[in-house]
Amino acid sequence: MSSETKQILTTDGIPLEVSLKKAEKKNKIKAFLLVAPLLLFLFITYVFPIGEMFTRSVDDRMVTNMLPKTFEAMEKWDGKELPPEEVFAGFYSDFKVLVENQTQGKLGQRLNKEKNGFNSIIKKLMRQIKRNKINESQSIKEQIMKVHKRWRDVEYWQAIKRTAPPYTMAKYLKGMDMYFAADGSIAQVDEDRRIHRILWLRTLEIALFVTIFCFLMGYPIAHLLATLPMKYSNLLMICVLLPFWTSLLVRTASWMILLQQQGIVNDFFVMIGLVADDSRPEMMYNKVGTYVAMTQILLPFMVLPLYSVMKTISPSLMRAGKSLGGTPFVAFWKVYFPLTIPGIGAGCLLVFILAIGYYITPALVGGASGTLISNQIAYHMKSTLDWSFASAMGLMLLSGVLVIYWIYNKLVGVDNIKLG
Amino acid sequence: MALPSYTETRYRIWHYFYVAICTFVFFFLIAPLFVIFPLSFNAEEFLVFSEGMKRLDPDAFSFRWYHEMVYGTKNPWGLAAKNSFIIAIFATIGSIILGTLAALGLSSRHMPYKGLIMAVLISPMIVPLIISGVAIFFFMAKVGLAATHTGIVLAHIILGTPFVVITVTATLSGFDHSVTRAASSLGSNPVNTFMKITLPLILPGVISGGLFAFVTSFDEVVVVLFLAGLENTTIPVQMWTGLREQLSPTILAVATCLIILSTLILVTAELLRRRSERLRGINR
Repeated sequence: MSSETKQILTTDGIPLEVSLKKAEKKNKIKAFLLVAPLLLFLFITYVFPIGEMFTRSVDDRMVTNMLPKTFEAMEKWDGKELPPEEVFAGFYSDFKVLVENQTQGKLGQRLNKEKNGFNSIIKKLMRQIKRNKINESQSIKEQIMKVHKRWRDVEYWQAIKRTAPPYTMAKYLKGMDMYFAADGSIAQVDEDRRIHRILWLRTLEIALFVTIFCFLMGYPIAHLLATLPMKYSNLLMICVLLPFWTSLLVRTASWMILLQQQGIVNDFFVMIGLVADDSRPEMMYNKVGTYVAMTQILLPFMVLPLYSVMKTISPSLMRAGKSLGGTPFVAFWKVYFPLTIPGIGAGCLLVFILAIGYYITPALVGGASGTLISNQIAYHMKSTLDWSFASAMGLMLLSGVLVIYWIYNKLVGVDNIKLG
Repeated sequence: MALPSYTETRYRIWHYFYVAICTFVFFFLIAPLFVIFPLSFNAEEFLVFSEGMKRLDPDAFSFRWYHEMVYGTKNPWGLAAKNSFIIAIFATIGSIILGTLAALGLSSRHMPYKGLIMAVLISPMIVPLIISGVAIFFFMAKVGLAATHTGIVLAHIILGTPFVVITVTATLSGFDHSVTRAASSLGSNPVNTFMKITLPLILPGVISGGLFAFVTSFDEVVVVLFLAGLENTTIPVQMWTGLREQLSPTILAVATCLIILSTLILVTAELLRRRSERLRGINR
């Protein structure tokens, strides 16, 4: 049938369909070109650097690059008994280069992480080489083994072999309190040294409870704001928006003043006789401080999406529910509440995402028992300078956040984020 | 909120309970901000209300810490304020330009992969700041922009654009595209159409996105802590250092100034939002 229909042509004689497609394509390119500058900028300065964090977190090429001849010789070594002469010779010539460049210290530190006691025998070997004590015409193996008894221990050579692969997942295992044992299997660290697992659980716990507190406090006031007449609700809305616009540090500072031992909250507790004046509880530098401050700071992010959903619910629905014989509680539970679920989802997911990566407030009011995984990342970035471990922890946190972000995007849609 | 006279007692009690909860929550939200005001006028060095302040003795109040903030020796606040404003202004301009362009593209119905691209553009707002900080630090260190104003401005553009994208796309969602077509059919070129027709209509969204970007940059501390050297210090960095080391009332004086600033910004943003809603014919 279609072959019989005459093709519709534009004035230029081009079939309409083709012409339309061309216009469509032009519009697509036009739209894309508008987005392109920002997209390109973000990719260069943001998305790729995050990807680079991954390379950094698994990168273990330092030793690989430092000891090329050793690893070449080690390929033939079975790894069970002391390596043959070629491995020792390879190691010796690699090590001599390091000593000339004075970079053997880094090797010692890195290998010491793999097996304790490496640092001192590396130093000892370095001194022997500097004093030209090693005679290259004789067996290198015999001479190195004489430097220190640990060089005769096969475990130390196995440790060097373990650092051969250019990539390692060790940092990720460390983030979960696990490590590669000597035989290459994955082992747990001792129970009393499992600090990271505690931090992950605490981060989840605090994020979860802050979300629950925000929901419990945000729901009633969002409802009030949505049902009050405009002139009152606009005024009350300022109470939500002013903290939203105020500097995070200012809000944290005010909580530090309020919660200190001589602070107003404690004064109030003493005044109403809840606690004795000489036994004022510590409310800051622990979890309590983190909970209180984070709940107040994140509450607007719960109220705003709830409010915008509740605003669209017609009050006549509740009236209808009541007139059909439901008590106000039943009408609320069966009619109103289900309609607010999109808002609840949006608010809870947003607060949870923000809470799980919080850094500033826990660092200031959290003390030792209220710090989160973010604080640990900052600690490794700034104090221990273990950037690859910080990257690994960051990416583990990020993958969690991205899963929630994906759910949020499916349920709410990112373009529906409400800002004020 | 008056209850009808036929309300049963238990609902009456429930209602008062509900009002009490709401009052408490509003108090919880807003009261912490107000504790800073009086304490910043404290004549003494402590961060608690002195006996004199409780008696409202005029001698217990002073402008001592405001004086300290402006004229104090070895004072970091002047430099910090200058840096904060310079960085925030340039970051806002950058965010507005890139964000508005992107929003215009995104609200075109011809835009391919809209959802995916939107998700990428919004991600700096969602990704924990500490991770953004680490990633941006690695990038800036590699290209030699760490500890420079340029580096911090670029970082804040990354963090600020999502807000502009969101507000401008929201404004454009009620935008009647036939006006631009009318302009083109009357012989206007695209640039002219944008400047004369589109921009004035979406301006409230652009400005409120710009305000968000400004506040984000002005308040941002995590990324700056990674990037800034001594001479790039900003107000939040100074506050952070102050809060970690020792709480001095000077910080409260600064905080009071910041609250006043944020109140001004809030009023502007609210006026803009209402104007924009009126223009788009949304009556609430």
